[in-house]
Amino acid sequence: MAPTAVSNKLKATHRKQFQELQEAGEKGERERTMTLHRLFPLRLRQTIAQVRLLHGSGCGHQLEEVAMEPELRKETSVFRTQVNDPACQSERHLGQYYTLPTSHLHTIFPHGLPARYQQQVKTFNEGCVMVRQPALELISYLKAADYSKPAVRYLLYGLKGSGKTMSLCHTIHYCSTQGWLVLHIPDAHLWVKNCKELLPSSYHTSRFDQPIEASNWLRNFRTTNERFLSKIKLRQRYTWTKRESTEKGSPLGELVDMGVSRVKSSSDVVGAVLKELRLQAAETEESEGFRLAVAIDGVNSLWGRTTIKKEDKSPVAPEELTLIHNLRKMIDNNWCGGAVIATLSQTGSLYSPSSAYLPKELLGEEGFDSMDPFIPVPVSNYSEKEFESCYLYYLDRHWLQHPHSKTDEGKKEIIFLSNRNPSVLERLCAFL
Amino acid sequence: MAASTGRTVGSILLKCGTRCGSLNKTSYNFTRQVLSRQLCVSSALHRKNLAAAGPEKFSEEFIKKQVEEYNIGKRHLANIMGEDPETFTQQDIDRSIAYLFPSGLFDKRARPLMKHPDEIFPKQQAVQWGADGRPFHFLFYTGKQSYYSLMHDTVAKVLAAEKQQVLLLSEGPVPQDTKPISLVGSRWLLKEELEELLVETISDHDYARFIQLMERLLSLPNCLSEKDFVQRYRKQLEIQSSKQQVAPLQYDENGVAYSTADGRRKTATCTVLLRDCGSGSISINGRDYLHYFPVLQDREQLMFPFHFLDMLGRFDGQCTVGGGGRSSQAGALRLAISRAMLSFLSEGQVESMRQAGLLTPDPRVKERKKPGQEGARRKFTWKKR
Repeated sequence: MAPTAVSNKLKATHRKQFQELQEAGEKGERERTMTLHRLFPLRLRQTIAQVRLLHGSGCGHQLEEVAMEPELRKETSVFRTQVNDPACQSERHLGQYYTLPTSHLHTIFPHGLPARYQQQVKTFNEGCVMVRQPALELISYLKAADYSKPAVRYLLYGLKGSGKTMSLCHTIHYCSTQGWLVLHIPDAHLWVKNCKELLPSSYHTSRFDQPIEASNWLRNFRTTNERFLSKIKLRQRYTWTKRESTEKGSPLGELVDMGVSRVKSSSDVVGAVLKELRLQAAETEESEGFRLAVAIDGVNSLWGRTTIKKEDKSPVAPEELTLIHNLRKMIDNNWCGGAVIATLSQTGSLYSPSSAYLPKELLGEEGFDSMDPFIPVPVSNYSEKEFESCYLYYLDRHWLQHPHSKTDEGKKEIIFLSNRNPSVLERLCAFL
Repeated sequence: MAASTGRTVGSILLKCGTRCGSLNKTSYNFTRQVLSRQLCVSSALHRKNLAAAGPEKFSEEFIKKQVEEYNIGKRHLANIMGEDPETFTQQDIDRSIAYLFPSGLFDKRARPLMKHPDEIFPKQQAVQWGADGRPFHFLFYTGKQSYYSLMHDTVAKVLAAEKQQVLLLSEGPVPQDTKPISLVGSRWLLKEELEELLVETISDHDYARFIQLMERLLSLPNCLSEKDFVQRYRKQLEIQSSKQQVAPLQYDENGVAYSTADGRRKTATCTVLLRDCGSGSISINGRDYLHYFPVLQDREQLMFPFHFLDMLGRFDGQCTVGGGGRSSQAGALRLAISRAMLSFLSEGQVESMRQAGLLTPDPRVKERKKPGQEGARRKFTWKKR
């Protein structure tokens, strides 16, 4: 009894809504689209499509409903794509948003996403990433690369706010879904500035340790690569103190746990982890090898200057920091079975002019020589299609509240004021 | 004539036997100003009152001499510049003086000038009474004779118009199609201008009453005959937009229309080249405008001319800017862009731009710091002791 009553009520509301839609459609295309977006939020549209199919000849609008179905689907998919797997995405999906599954968000990107993007994810209750040309290019290179040869280095560069970090995250998502081991350093600039604690290294007298940063990173590394921790076995014995050591053959997880708990030696643990991974990535697929992706954001900090000072107020060079030293060894292409994907960043960099964005300017002589040869991947501002997509996405999420921003003139104003730069656009739309 | 009158007055006073010390220097010049009752005072008191004496008083003779000197000087100047003395206009004089005495002074009024004495020396009233001491004008004893005589004449006209109206109505109720005097394009003289015309100071209340009376005159139907009288007290307003000079559009080798313009604001100067390309990209000093102006406010200033005319994505801009700060550079660019866009627009759009204030250069500059003060307006901290 009750179910039929409910379904009758549903029928009545749907009929009313369809009537409204028809009337709006008579007024004009634009009215129909607006009404569509107002009446049918995304999920409801999909359920309505199913419900309509179930209805018999009860409501006389059946034919029209069926005719409207493909149009409805078209409306929703102009800026969104259902293909959520980066491996399956192609040029067809350029400019469209795909959703990051929530589980992946927590595991793969505990620390990787830009801060503003994380806020956006929290606000919109979903993490949507735009499929853009640089990321697709990178993924195609990764697919086509030969992993028995030394690691290839890719460098994403571009103007400020053009989407380098997001492209990097997209690539990392691909690597994760393909089962690679991802070594993600979210912002290398954080390791060369504002260091609260600087300990002289126990391993090497002239170097300095950063326990807090190292332990933080190890914790996030553990979250990202849970499944590898038990599989990878250490090849060497590591002695930390007179009494503590990690035996050969013990799983990597033990080492990482030790690094997280014993904060003092965490930098050396990081070094050990990197070394082990570097050696073991070279193995082939058959003998339980894995592919290693080293993703570094803000790689130009490795060769720049630091703002950390020693006790006698003299500045610390990057080489004197253990973390940086080990990271540089990772970037050298003397290991096989993986790739190094790096991003240049001027935003957090020290002592570099704000107009610099090219590799030569930001890396400096030393950095360029170390990175050379690399594959540069330029990242530019949104194209017209990408901008359209972003604009529609914000409209869909009701992010653009100001009534003028929904008009054509408002859109032109937004284009002018942001010049289609993704970060500027995001900040602009935040208060609209 | 005035001179003799003055002397006579002085002699009369002397004859009256009032003690007089050395008379005031200015009275020696035989003023043509209304002579205040001359108090014969000692020279010491004269010296004290010089500061409070008011504007200088010039005699008619003096002014005549100045005019002669001016005319002779004009011919000399024309000879110096090698031009024809007969056709030497005031504009030529200004040009020559600016050339011969170049001055970097900021205030235009402080620079050397050579103008007709009528423009330099303020107008003064002639002596208002005759040899017998009787004033010429019947309203002299009101104190403001020109003003009251004007009011008197205007009221006479009003009464005459009313009388005529009554006559016409009594003849028959014939509908009058007398057109009222057209007041478009002119305004009433301001109080200062009226004072200048009457060579007399009037109060605000007097001025208000005068305007009220004129309005009353205009409200009567048969006032067309008084048109000239009324127009004497109205000032014509120039049409502002006709002053705008619009440069013609230029075309480059690809047939794309372009135009250039300059702009200035505070100490920032800039040049803008607008091309009718259709891309909507603007580069400033070789950099993208998004990077040159990270602040939203500056980009909004750049957007204003385009947005006002609805031509947001149409133009391609190449700008060079220097001097000033962030905000003044943005203001200078906005002015230059508006000027550059004039050649692409119709008359009506130019007028609307002018009314929106896009074409007005902002005259505000940094005010000078004065001595004895900490800044332009800020005084030093006042200490009680």
